[in-house]
Amino acid sequence: LVATGVGAKTYRRIRFILIQNRAGKTRLAKWYMQFDDDEKQKLIEEVHAVVTVRDAKHTNFVEFRNFKIIYRRYAGLYFCICVDVTDNNLAYLEGIHNFVEVLNEYFHNVCELDLVFNFYKVYTVVDEMFLAGEIRETSQTKVLKQLLMLQSLE
Amino acid sequence: MPAVSKGDGMRGLAVFISDIRNCKSKEAEIKRINKELANIRSKFKGDKALDGYSKKKYVCKLLFIFLLGHDIDFGHMEAVNLLSSNKYTEKQIGYLFISVLVNSNSELIRLINNAIKNDLSSRNPTFMCLALHCIANVGSREMAEAFAGEIPRILVAGDTMDSVKQSAALCLLRLYKASPDLVLMGEWTSRVVHLLNDQHMGVVTAAISLITCLSSKNPDEFKTCVSLAVSRLSRIVSSASTDLQDYTYYFVPAPWLSCKLLRLLQCYPPPEDGAVKGRLVECLETILNKAQEPPKSKKVQHSNAKNAILFEAISLIIHYDSEPNLLVRACNQLGQFLQHRETNLRYLALESMCTLASSEFSHEAVKTHIETVINALKTERDVSVRQRAADLLYAMCDRSNAKQIVAEMLSYLETADYSIREEMVLKVAILAEKYAVDYSWYVDTILNLIRIAGDYVSEEVWYRVIQIVINRDDVQGYAAKTVFEALQAPACHENMVKVGGYILGEFGNLIAGDPRSSPLVQFNLLHSKFHLCSVPTRALLLSAYIKFINLFPETKATIQEVLRSDSQIRNSDVELQQRAVEYLKLSSIASTDVLATVLEEMPPFPERESSILAKLKKKKGPGAVSVELEDGKERGELNGGGDRGGDAAIAASNASTPSPSADLLGLRSAAPVSGTAPSAGSLLVDVFSEAGPAASSAGVNDDGFLSSAPPSAASEDPAPPLPESDELLNKFVCKNNGVLFENQLLQIGIKSEYRQNLGRMYLFYGNKTSVQFVSFSTIVSCPGELQSQLNVQTKTVEPLVEGGAQVQQVINIECLTDFIDAPLLNIKFRYGGALQNISLKLPVTINKFFQPTEMAAADFFQRWKQLSQPQQEAQKIFKASHGMDTEVLKAKLLGLGTALLENVDPNPENYVCAGVIQTKAQQVGCLLRLEPNAQAQMYRLTLRSSKDTVSQRVCDLLAEQF
Repeated sequence: LVATGVGAKTYRRIRFILIQNRAGKTRLAKWYMQFDDDEKQKLIEEVHAVVTVRDAKHTNFVEFRNFKIIYRRYAGLYFCICVDVTDNNLAYLEGIHNFVEVLNEYFHNVCELDLVFNFYKVYTVVDEMFLAGEIRETSQTKVLKQLLMLQSLE
Repeated sequence: MPAVSKGDGMRGLAVFISDIRNCKSKEAEIKRINKELANIRSKFKGDKALDGYSKKKYVCKLLFIFLLGHDIDFGHMEAVNLLSSNKYTEKQIGYLFISVLVNSNSELIRLINNAIKNDLSSRNPTFMCLALHCIANVGSREMAEAFAGEIPRILVAGDTMDSVKQSAALCLLRLYKASPDLVLMGEWTSRVVHLLNDQHMGVVTAAISLITCLSSKNPDEFKTCVSLAVSRLSRIVSSASTDLQDYTYYFVPAPWLSCKLLRLLQCYPPPEDGAVKGRLVECLETILNKAQEPPKSKKVQHSNAKNAILFEAISLIIHYDSEPNLLVRACNQLGQFLQHRETNLRYLALESMCTLASSEFSHEAVKTHIETVINALKTERDVSVRQRAADLLYAMCDRSNAKQIVAEMLSYLETADYSIREEMVLKVAILAEKYAVDYSWYVDTILNLIRIAGDYVSEEVWYRVIQIVINRDDVQGYAAKTVFEALQAPACHENMVKVGGYILGEFGNLIAGDPRSSPLVQFNLLHSKFHLCSVPTRALLLSAYIKFINLFPETKATIQEVLRSDSQIRNSDVELQQRAVEYLKLSSIASTDVLATVLEEMPPFPERESSILAKLKKKKGPGAVSVELEDGKERGELNGGGDRGGDAAIAASNASTPSPSADLLGLRSAAPVSGTAPSAGSLLVDVFSEAGPAASSAGVNDDGFLSSAPPSAASEDPAPPLPESDELLNKFVCKNNGVLFENQLLQIGIKSEYRQNLGRMYLFYGNKTSVQFVSFSTIVSCPGELQSQLNVQTKTVEPLVEGGAQVQQVINIECLTDFIDAPLLNIKFRYGGALQNISLKLPVTINKFFQPTEMAAADFFQRWKQLSQPQQEAQKIFKASHGMDTEVLKAKLLGLGTALLENVDPNPENYVCAGVIQTKAQQVGCLLRLEPNAQAQMYRLTLRSSKDTVSQRVCDLLAEQF
């Protein structure tokens, strides 16, 4: 991560998105950088260790290697986005929330099990909203309309 | 099980997932998985052709198994088959499998690319998006080769659906990041930039990421985006909270797009066009104004979205660093956040204010918040917030508040988190030095540091305090008194013992008048710590003891007793033993005069910037340290403050051969005492300059900043020649090939040949490191009158010298007339960003142009007599500095370039030589006689030539050779 993760000042992007539960089980891992499988596993464990020890009064940001993790906890799930240190914390924090609201609407009161059983659909939601490490679409209306259209294609 | 019941579910998949979840143990899970893998394998191998649904289901199961962390080695072909299905759900699973599991299996890639190609040309927007997302997720070079030409077309085509455009823009971005050489924007540039005007906000949101990336690489080609971005931003900022409907998030219009627009503008300097700039300033003011308005919602989402824009706007204001009014307003806004109940906002405000502190326009405004920041340091619950507070205190520190800030940081250190202690120590040390008005305060501060956080005080810190004490006589007495007091503590840190030992060894005499700190008391105090210390510290203390013997003859007996004890003189550590033996001997046989000379007080250290700063920068990474921006001009000549021979006095006496591990100050070698800093880069130098100028130059840069470190503001004047360069020159008087110069980074080898009055020299510059040298350049110059005496021509060298590589440079030399000085060779390059600047003398000496002349004895003496005018002769009588071996002498004389004439001198012990120096202007005949006196170990050297300057010069040169 250190060697490959050198970020520019103006061009920044998401390095990965992780959804984990408190026990450390991964519910979604979306990578926007090349990592081999061992490295991915290590990152997953590190993120879990860094994020779960923080209490609610702490910030939603935590330094992570050469990057930072913007995270928010929803019930038993941690939604984490890893970005460059100079990137906009609050924009990603709300990016997470926007994503969660879409999931909530799409799965009608989303719960952890929805993400387990419909893991292949969660990837579609992610790709609608984030692509190539960038924010692709922010309008919940537009994303949901698209998702419903896809749902209808059988 | 809520999900199972929903819609299209693949029942078999849901059952399998449930089974896995119900497994009670890892073994049971593996068993279930193996059963399923066997089942899928048999289905895939079976005779019966599988329908699309089954194929999709099994591929999806394989994917699930993979995501559980198991290896999957089959199913790829079935996944690829799914790509050509015309059912969306089948295609989607196929693409997903490939995106998650792809490896560069080239045959598969060809099949995949084929399917992608079909989908891209299908004109079905859903399929096109699937294909584009697959490219964006995989981003391999093969894909770039196949599609980098097609995607721009899709992106700008008039009939492309909006959602496809969004995907195409980001897909292209991914390919550009992975293979910039394959993505040629040329003809598309303007149409891509105009996507900023697209009606669909989603298209703008996606396209702007692409434009930002391309702009940061090619700012000029994309500069029209500035005015478009400003007008788009202006429309968003001035819209009412409901205007943008779908793109309004908790009453904030298009927060993410606004941030991206503000980020894009940070690729550029402020707009030159007055109207555009006016509009932009208006936007920024509006954003600042909105922060003051009452919130439209109590939800945190509302304030976060609003503040995301605000912080991005402040980043832009700081990036411009040209609008004092906006900078001060930004600072005031952040000041409000410092006391906000949201931890996130307090954190971000501290972070953002750090950069504001380095702007001359807002530095004072930032300083007004000092009490709040100090309070944050003391009371914040989240260590990362406290860390930001410490950073900000450091950034806002100047002469006016240094004492307060240093005191607060010191008191915080007592309870600071272990994770940030070392950095805090460095910061305190730097601030204390930088803003020290009276140095007693500085000494107190550093000793306090050692007392409070001794384990975190690195070598750089305590080297530095010693350097400063040695260089400033006004503080030496105070320092001696203070360390003496500090050493009284029953448990004091080993670093304190080191500093104490060193300072008392040098300046203990300044407090010896007080009976409470008489020499013996001082010695006993130091020695009471001895046995608890590590070997390097003990070695240092032994050196302090021998210095005591010189400072205080009355301690001699006691100290000799100590040195003589078995625990010293028979110590199993070779360095300690050697020091004990040598110091004991030195103290017994040397006269007081000799002792006083050998153990003289350390000479002042050359002034140079603190190596502590380098260390801090290394810890923090580039751009993280802003205080020292104002000192940028000094950077070129930096040297690690600690690299000089602290042990020089001892080393000079040859009384000890310091081993690296036990050097007094941990120093590798004693550098010349002359005070000229060697240009050879120590590691510290490199680390330091790598940091480059800090954040304010945030403008245009690319991803690989390690390789393109911005130039530091170093002085680029050629360095003065190294002090040893005369010596180096002498090495080459009698030889033409060899190593001219070598340090840790660079080796310069030399080969040369001369004919008549012409010479050709080959210089070989070898990079000894594994890192490339950039901006490598060399200049050969002839100072002063040499200009008219020598004609020197060089070819330029390649500016890049790869790690481990060697480059060659040819120098052609023409001797116009005889000369004395040598041409200068100046070498400059950057190693890891640090400017290296080395000057040497090129070993071109007048004797190189000798033509040997053979002659008989009669001729020789006849000519010798002809050259009998006093000014034609030069003579030197000197002591031999090397052995007087005949063969060596002969070789040297031949090396000089003359003919060695046998059987000419009546005394067979003597040597005579003859030669003609060829210059363009004239030929100068030259005769030489060398008379060794083996008994006295002396030589007499006589030179006669038709030109007085030549006689003198050759005589001088040759006298250094024996």
